[in-house]
Amino acid sequence: MLDIQKIRADFPILKREVNGKPLVYFDNAATSQTPQVVIDAIVDYYSNYNSNIHRGVHTLSQEATDAYEVARKKVQAHFNAKHDYEMILTAGTTHAINIVATGFTQFVTKGDEIIVSALEHHSNIVPWQMLCERTGAELKVIPMNEEGSLQMDVYETLVSKKTKLVFMNHVSNALGTVNPIDFVIKKAHAVGAAVLIDGAQATPHMKPDVQALDVDFYVASAHKLCGPTGVGVLYGKEEWLNKLPPYQGGGDMIDQVTFEKTTYAGLPFKFEAGTPNICGGIAFGVALDYMNSIGFENIATYEKELLDYATNALKQIEGLRIYGEADEKTAVISFNVGTIHPYDIGTIVDKLGIAVRTGHHCAQPIMNFYNIPGTVRASFAFYNTKDEIDIFVAAVKRAVMMLS
Amino acid sequence: MSIKEIQEEIVSEFEMFDDWMQRYEYMIDLGKDLPLIDEKYKTDKNIIKGCQSKVWVHAELKGDQLNFTADSDAIITKGIIAILIRTFSGQHPSAIIDADTDFIDQIGLKEHLSPTRANGLVSMIKQLKMYAVAYKTQLN
Repeated sequence: MLDIQKIRADFPILKREVNGKPLVYFDNAATSQTPQVVIDAIVDYYSNYNSNIHRGVHTLSQEATDAYEVARKKVQAHFNAKHDYEMILTAGTTHAINIVATGFTQFVTKGDEIIVSALEHHSNIVPWQMLCERTGAELKVIPMNEEGSLQMDVYETLVSKKTKLVFMNHVSNALGTVNPIDFVIKKAHAVGAAVLIDGAQATPHMKPDVQALDVDFYVASAHKLCGPTGVGVLYGKEEWLNKLPPYQGGGDMIDQVTFEKTTYAGLPFKFEAGTPNICGGIAFGVALDYMNSIGFENIATYEKELLDYATNALKQIEGLRIYGEADEKTAVISFNVGTIHPYDIGTIVDKLGIAVRTGHHCAQPIMNFYNIPGTVRASFAFYNTKDEIDIFVAAVKRAVMMLS
Repeated sequence: MSIKEIQEEIVSEFEMFDDWMQRYEYMIDLGKDLPLIDEKYKTDKNIIKGCQSKVWVHAELKGDQLNFTADSDAIITKGIIAILIRTFSGQHPSAIIDADTDFIDQIGLKEHLSPTRANGLVSMIKQLKMYAVAYKTQLN
């Protein structure tokens, strides 16, 4: 059992008021809040050992380098990767996806196929569309069904010898659907295709084991894991990372530079050109420690309780429809009430101190599937409470009354 | 009435309400009086960019006065565009171009004025003024 009040005390922002009301923060799928230990780590870095890494012989640089590499090891341990140098620290999930999508240009040609799911965020669609434009490869889409799950029988018919790469999210950001990535990876590997899984929405709720999954690439963002913005991770199997060309040229990613030829540094530095977000990387490690100290099993159990409670309460509202009702879903509820525009509901509940996301959630293909302009999305974290859900449900009812 | 006078009238109407809920309800009511855009003008070309909801605006010159019609698929947005159109419609393009919109602050909708706000009140004002600039050249 989690002591939620004790956990809430770790998050200074949860004490603030918005529009004169206590903040109810239900936009965790966009960005999670930051516990004091992570804030302290950021302050500590800039107060005590701010300096550039991997370069200086002086003490501060050594301390910063050590802390950054310790963070990398924490990330490695968290995802259970074989080697720490398989964890490329990036500016976020989108950056991580672009490293792979750009790198694959030389492995893909006309006649090849790339498979994507219909449940993707734009950041896991556009880089691959660009790859297809560059190479002439064809993009195939695994369709979704009404409840918001992918049609795996269609996936099986799409996978063939032509398939070079399959990419999908572990969990849909708009609907919360947990995709059967185990199955997807096995089928893709059977035809020799590589798989990239976007874990941005899964990692706040579960702890993926990249070796058990046997996944080729797995990407995630720190800011959805109680860490800072502007930091993420690209896990890649060593053999793939060795094959992929560098994404950006610059300092830190080189071995020898002459004007005739440059040889690149080994992993992970080959993909980490320039001064990275050192403080952010260190804070990411601290955030993972924090979440692991709470425990992902505890988080999953408690969030399921919140999800069921909120789902039942919201369903009592007349005309309310929930989008995404897969058996396996994370603590995300996307909904509309009658024909009321999600923006209208979002505006009214904001006046009541509640933060939810409205709009298409950067997943326009899903909105097109349901033929809606967007949804209201409430997404929960382990520091939310049933009391907050009560406040939210009452606010939605009030909004509906005003708007109908 | 001049734009300034209409704005003062709107401000005094909103002053009757003491809390935000009543003000929003009144704004929603004002949306119901919006001169609706003809369906044939509800094209992508007439959508104001920068709004999370859809807002269509059409402008027509009658004599030397510019008249606006509009619609939105969101009720609050419809209220906001209705307030703007009430101040600008029937005015000379030059008056629209020169008008300030500080009254928005006074009616308690200041939070909508941020240029990064997804509802795009700033985009709406900009678009209405662009129509005025375009039609002013026709008058010259």
